[in-house]
Amino acid sequence: MATSPKLDAKVPKGEIDQKWSKYRSTVHLVNPANKRSLEVIIVGSGLAGASAAASLAEMGYKVKVFCFQDSPRRAHSIAAQGGINAAKNYQNDGDSVYRLFYDTIKGGDYRAREGNVHRLAEVSGNIIDQCVAQGVPFAREYGGVLSNRSFGGTQVQRTFYAAGQTGQQLLLGAYSALQRQVGMGAVKLYARHEMLDVVNIDGKCRGIIARDLITGKLERHFGHAVLIASGGYGNVFYLSTNAMGSNVTAAWKAHKKGAFFGNPCYTQIHPTCIPVSGDHQSKLTLMSESLRNDGRIWVPKKAGDTRKPSEIPEEERDYYLERRYPAFGNLVPRDVASRAAKERCDAGFGVGASKLAVYLDFSANMMRYGQIEANKQNIHNPTKEKIRELGMAVVKEKYGNLFDMYKQITGEDPYEIPMRIYPAVHYTMGGLWVDYNLMTTVPGLYALGEANFSDHGANRLGASALMQGLADGYFVIPYTIGDYLSEEIRTKAIATDHEAFVKAEAEVQERINKLMTIKGTKSVDHFHKQLGKIMWDKCGMARNAAGLKQAIEEIKKLREDFWKDVRVTGEANEFNPELEKAGRVADFLELGELMCMDALNRNESCGGHFREEYQTEEGEAKRDDDNFAYVAAWENKGNNAWELHKEELIFENIKIAARSYK
Amino acid sequence: MSHGNMNLTLKVWKQKNKDAKGALETYQVKGISPDMSFLEMFDVLNEQLITEGKDPIAFDHDCREGICGMCSMFINGRPHGPVKGVTTCQLHMRSFKDGDTIVVEPWRSTAFPIVKDLAVDRSAFDRVIAAGGFVSVNTGNAKDANNILINKDDADDAFNAAACIGCGACVATCKNGSAMLFVSAKVSQLALLPQGQIEKEARVLSMVGQMDDEGFGACSVTGACEIECPKGISLENIARMNREFLGANIKSKH
Ligand SMILES: Cc1cc2nc3c(=O)[nH]c(=O)nc-3n(C[C@H](O)[C@H](O)[C@H](O)COP(=O)(O)OP(=O)(O)OC[C@H]3O[C@@H](n4cnc5c(N)ncnc54)[C@H](O)[C@@H]3O)c2cc1C
Ligand code: SF4
Ligand code: FES
Repeated sequence: MATSPKLDAKVPKGEIDQKWSKYRSTVHLVNPANKRSLEVIIVGSGLAGASAAASLAEMGYKVKVFCFQDSPRRAHSIAAQGGINAAKNYQNDGDSVYRLFYDTIKGGDYRAREGNVHRLAEVSGNIIDQCVAQGVPFAREYGGVLSNRSFGGTQVQRTFYAAGQTGQQLLLGAYSALQRQVGMGAVKLYARHEMLDVVNIDGKCRGIIARDLITGKLERHFGHAVLIASGGYGNVFYLSTNAMGSNVTAAWKAHKKGAFFGNPCYTQIHPTCIPVSGDHQSKLTLMSESLRNDGRIWVPKKAGDTRKPSEIPEEERDYYLERRYPAFGNLVPRDVASRAAKERCDAGFGVGASKLAVYLDFSANMMRYGQIEANKQNIHNPTKEKIRELGMAVVKEKYGNLFDMYKQITGEDPYEIPMRIYPAVHYTMGGLWVDYNLMTTVPGLYALGEANFSDHGANRLGASALMQGLADGYFVIPYTIGDYLSEEIRTKAIATDHEAFVKAEAEVQERINKLMTIKGTKSVDHFHKQLGKIMWDKCGMARNAAGLKQAIEEIKKLREDFWKDVRVTGEANEFNPELEKAGRVADFLELGELMCMDALNRNESCGGHFREEYQTEEGEAKRDDDNFAYVAAWENKGNNAWELHKEELIFENIKIAARSYK
Repeated sequence: MSHGNMNLTLKVWKQKNKDAKGALETYQVKGISPDMSFLEMFDVLNEQLITEGKDPIAFDHDCREGICGMCSMFINGRPHGPVKGVTTCQLHMRSFKDGDTIVVEPWRSTAFPIVKDLAVDRSAFDRVIAAGGFVSVNTGNAKDANNILINKDDADDAFNAAACIGCGACVATCKNGSAMLFVSAKVSQLALLPQGQIEKEARVLSMVGQMDDEGFGACSVTGACEIECPKGISLENIARMNREFLGANIKSKH
């Protein structure tokens, strides 16, 4: 297989551990005076967008930041719970840059680009240093040093955390760095603005069209470069752990204007979420992977067992992850854990009213911690109750907010009864295709964070999205953007009455008018729910060719109905959340089709992409490296037609092997 | 639908935009399940209004798990409703009874103008942070993280202050419309950490200055904010900020 001539990944030559340092010392620079006249637009204020904005503004570029929430601090990154990885080896447990690199490539089932992943591992330590310098209050030990916990898919403890609110603390750190630049006038902030198109001039990206969500007015903004940091598209499934507003629109508009879309079918289904409780459900809530440190997952050995969990004796419980994967046990990667849960439930061993749930049980570890505490406090012969009480306090300190959240949602107390959990859509590894510089196939148009496809292959390891978002924004783009902008110092700011801006704005306006004038009979949510059901049933945890073909037809039909029968209330020139949703769902209705096409094209199973036709006798994913060790990058040909381009993945440093966690 | 059997009367504030005159409107919702969240109950109501061809109610929300700080409903006279320690999105209908009448209004404060219906403009908070809620350290060569050792209790206290979600319930509940709890949470977080020491005087003066400019009221220590804060931000932060402010003020006059 050869890489398409349209996809030059631009990975520097040289030894893997020299590539980035050499690149950094040879990349073109922009002098301070020129930086002041170079303008950069950043769509998104999550970890990727906020860190990029703060860093580029500190360097002297003129920056504009857009987000659709009322404040940049509310970007979806705020909700990340469990932690962020870094190869610091503070625990002296054998961690290294190489090991993080290796774990990430293997965790991604050998479907990521070596050069990018190694760089990610290299800068991971700097991220922690930077965040601590900003005052991010990570968890600490009594000696004052930083604390770590374990996450899935690794055998070292390299995850840094702030209780169950790591994303919040990291984002508030990046947000405060961003606000500092806003205060100094180096960044101009456009909150409650939604980017609705990119503007290309002479083959380069030169700006965006945005809608002021309060007045409904369309605005034109010029930039020498545009960075898309708009997050993931898990909400194509309607129900996911993403925030309600998370959407694909910014990335999709970029795609339609020439940016190839990489591996759209790679979706992460997270094993530990609170199960669906009814049709009214608007979103699903994650119970952080960090809980798998201390919780054991089980189902009854007897199918259809209706006894209370406390009444099921130890020997009648099936700790199926520990049974199937003794080496990693409860800490297998997410794709493996999710499929194993589905397998047990499909076979009739599920628990709870819906039978679509398994137990996540903390009682054993609560007792273990209690015993350790009793020893520490010199309590001799403690009662069982005392041990439990001491252990509960330890668990509370580690996961208190998650336990509270669980109780609030389900009405059950997880300190007393095991949690019931089930897999849910969580993260999208696919996204805009980018090269080593994080540039898409459109010159001057970049993609950062979850919006790009780059580092996680077919499955992301826990605590690696926060790492990647901040790596992209703090440590990668500040260098790589110089490679492009150093050639742009002679480009004067282009006036936004340029015909390309006028045309792009007119197109956006027309689409809005169209949505407003259909005046059909069904709400936007109605269509979104239908789409979500098709995607979950046929392009979810398990996929097969027949189902995917059917899904494509169903989505086409649904899209037609949408454009005939959707009802968008209110006016275009006012604050109108229904109109915002309508535009996003319209884009999901196109993306969904591409995801199914991509899943159908990939005749193998890898990571989160499980094709039922391709599995081992034990039900593990079966890759086909000879034919599918490539990134699928889709070019939009208009009218919902796409052309596939392949970037061959070459493994020079890691031996490609069957992934085993046994 | 997993229909429940609660029927409710809602009186909800409707206001077309910042300058329009608003009023409470009355709606009936039926078939609400106790497992729904308060916002899911609003989803049901809005779906019903759309079907009837009426204007749905605009409200802010995003994460729906109590962390983004976007949701902001004043329910029966209390920000985020009757349950302590939760945001509007985490409030469940099991906290209400069949037949209840529930009054829902937006945050009300001079510093938070209404955008539409229940959505308000809280950008004043962003400007207060921009005035000094940071450590001035550029991206780049920060020293190894474990070179800064921090006493665990201080780290925990700083974390507890940093847990503020910027929702504005403290302002909405305060009869003076004061933002002291919000501002003091950020000042405290950074004052408790070694990284925040160098700028601590400039920070508190600048943030308090901005807070006053934004039109937030003065604090008369009624303590309502602490009671209504969904994240348990404590009044001790206000005491700490007052000490910091006094200290900084004395110094700056020298
Ligand atoms: C519940 C949950 C828990 C998680 N926990 C962890 C964890 O413990 N560890 C980990 O590593 N990862 C975790 N993740 C994943 C991680 O949080 C995300 O992948 C990451 O935060 C994405 O950051 P981002 O900057 O790319 O995008 P986001 O934070 O999603 O930000 C997107 C930004 O783009 C803006 N935007 C989007 N579209 C537009 C538009 N059209 N116009 C203008 N602005 C736009 C939004 O306003 C927002 O500011 C978790 C995810 C979830 C859902
Ligand atoms: S202090 Fe509490 S009430 Fe005030 S903004 Fe922060 S979290 Fe909300
Ligand atoms: S919607 Fe995020 S806190 Fe309520």
